[in-house]
Amino acid sequence: MTQEERVAQHAGSVSLLRRGWRLPFAAAGQFVLKALVIAELEARKLRHDPSELLTRAVQPALWLLVFGQVFTHIRAIPTGDLPYLDFMAPGILAQSVLFIAIFYGITIIWERDLGIVHKFLVTPTPRAAIVTGKALSAGVRGLSQAVIVYALAAGLGVKIEWNPLALLGVIAIVILGAALFSTFSLIVACLVKTRERFMGIGQVMTMPLFFASNAIYPIAIMPGWLRVIARGNPLTYEVDALRALMLSGGSSTYGLGLDFAVLVVATALLILIAGHLYSKVAI
Amino acid sequence: MPIPAVDTRALTRRFGSLTAVDSLTLSVESGEIFGLLGPNGAGKTTAIKMLVTLLPPTSGNATVAGSDIVRQQVAVRHAIGYVPQMLSADGTLTGYENLLIFAKLYDVPRSERVGRVRDALGFMGLDGAADRLVRGYSGGMIRRLEIAEAMLHHPRVLFLDEPTIGLDPVARQAVWEHISRFRADWETTVILTTHYMEEADALCDRVAIMHLGRVVASGSPAALKGSIGKENATLNEVFAHYTGDILESGGTYRDTRRTRRTARRVG
Ligand SMILES: Nc1ncnc2c1ncn2[C@@H]1O[C@H](COP(=O)(O)OP(=O)(O)O)[C@@H](O)[C@H]1O
Ligand SMILES: [Mg+2]
Repeated sequence: MTQEERVAQHAGSVSLLRRGWRLPFAAAGQFVLKALVIAELEARKLRHDPSELLTRAVQPALWLLVFGQVFTHIRAIPTGDLPYLDFMAPGILAQSVLFIAIFYGITIIWERDLGIVHKFLVTPTPRAAIVTGKALSAGVRGLSQAVIVYALAAGLGVKIEWNPLALLGVIAIVILGAALFSTFSLIVACLVKTRERFMGIGQVMTMPLFFASNAIYPIAIMPGWLRVIARGNPLTYEVDALRALMLSGGSSTYGLGLDFAVLVVATALLILIAGHLYSKVAI
Repeated sequence: MPIPAVDTRALTRRFGSLTAVDSLTLSVESGEIFGLLGPNGAGKTTAIKMLVTLLPPTSGNATVAGSDIVRQQVAVRHAIGYVPQMLSADGTLTGYENLLIFAKLYDVPRSERVGRVRDALGFMGLDGAADRLVRGYSGGMIRRLEIAEAMLHHPRVLFLDEPTIGLDPVARQAVWEHISRFRADWETTVILTTHYMEEADALCDRVAIMHLGRVVASGSPAALKGSIGKENATLNEVFAHYTGDILESGGTYRDTRRTRRTARRVG
């Protein structure tokens, strides 16, 4: 091999190496870009018809105003130093995000019936990116709930933490929570396939997720078997993180690190499964 | 020899014991308008779904624009446009937004995006309606929007599944004209399915007649008509000749409504 050939070969392998490095980055960039396009699509829909967001304000308002006020008064639930209303406000935020996310999957059934899914699937968009985009847009819906719950809670005298970092943390947790449960909902929709069955199962899913969590009472007062379920329920970690971040002087039971880790890992896992199932929806 | 736009070898799809597409072998040349013709249930949609990578074949194989529909799906998806049988534009967005989103999903370069969307809207005669919600469009307008959507990235092969199902005669005529002009301007290969004989007659260079999952005859409309030894035969008569069946075509308003509803359900 001449010197020139060797240099040329070396240059070749360097550029190969570089390309090898760049390829995963380019793919990851593409993935994020495409997910954002899907999220943009959903955001545009929401902008044309934001009424959905307003009607969604009714439920958290009722919980905080009626349930919260009454239970604060009778002191039935031991919440330590926290007034009960402060204790439940992050729980109600998590709940309203859950409710908005858990029925999100029905849009997939709709879009399948309309042929919209088919058109997404014939574009070169990675399946998991489509699913991630939908999860992000559920996150946007979730944030609208956060605004409502913050306004209600502040109005009722809950001691809110206004530190910008804490607010950023809440935004992240709300988006993660919405992404997690909307993707779960999407998986259920892909499996049950019809609107009627999905609505039935949606109703059945929501209540156990909500009640088998620390949203409106501490896990400590639960019977043993329920405690085990609550510890496995991602909603518990979402509420735990929100309690630490939303309340002035709030604290987390499991540690913010664990809370975030549980939510991120569960969401990523669900997105992988959903991406796989989504590509079969059009069959 | 140029690579055929679509080339299938014994392409087969079963659903349980039903063979929806039975050993489909055909080759479509670049630049042709090719029609898959047959009554409801013949297997047209199933065949298209396999070619656009939505449905894995049970056996056999096929290439679209030179890429294998199972092993090179991403390459196939880059090369094709697809309009499903159902009217499937998103009603809660404007026509412009529908196109913009697909331009992004199809990697149309940022600098060309708005221009291409405007061109596509103009080409399909939809400039005036661009900023209205699609919910308020007529069936014919939605169809034209969908064809605009499917051509944004200048695909080499365009698949149209029953492009005029449920449309009134005027809207149908408009869609035909757009498809012809589109092929002429872009040299795109068009593969469409239809159960209207007049449509195949008016548009297609070649057709394959499908019946119960099998191709029973294929060739240019003129050659097929000639082949049954009857002067001035209509394609309806050709169909009857090859299948021994009567093909309902045209139909009353009520029939059209029914097809349109089934079209939404099946697809
Ligand atoms: N997903 C499916 N599951 C089971 N059977 C199906 C499915 N899709 C189509 N079929 C059946 O395959 C046959 C061909 O259907 P299709 O391809 O939609 O026909 P066409 O488009 O020509 O009307 C029909 O008998 C239909 O009922
Ligand atoms: Mg069909």
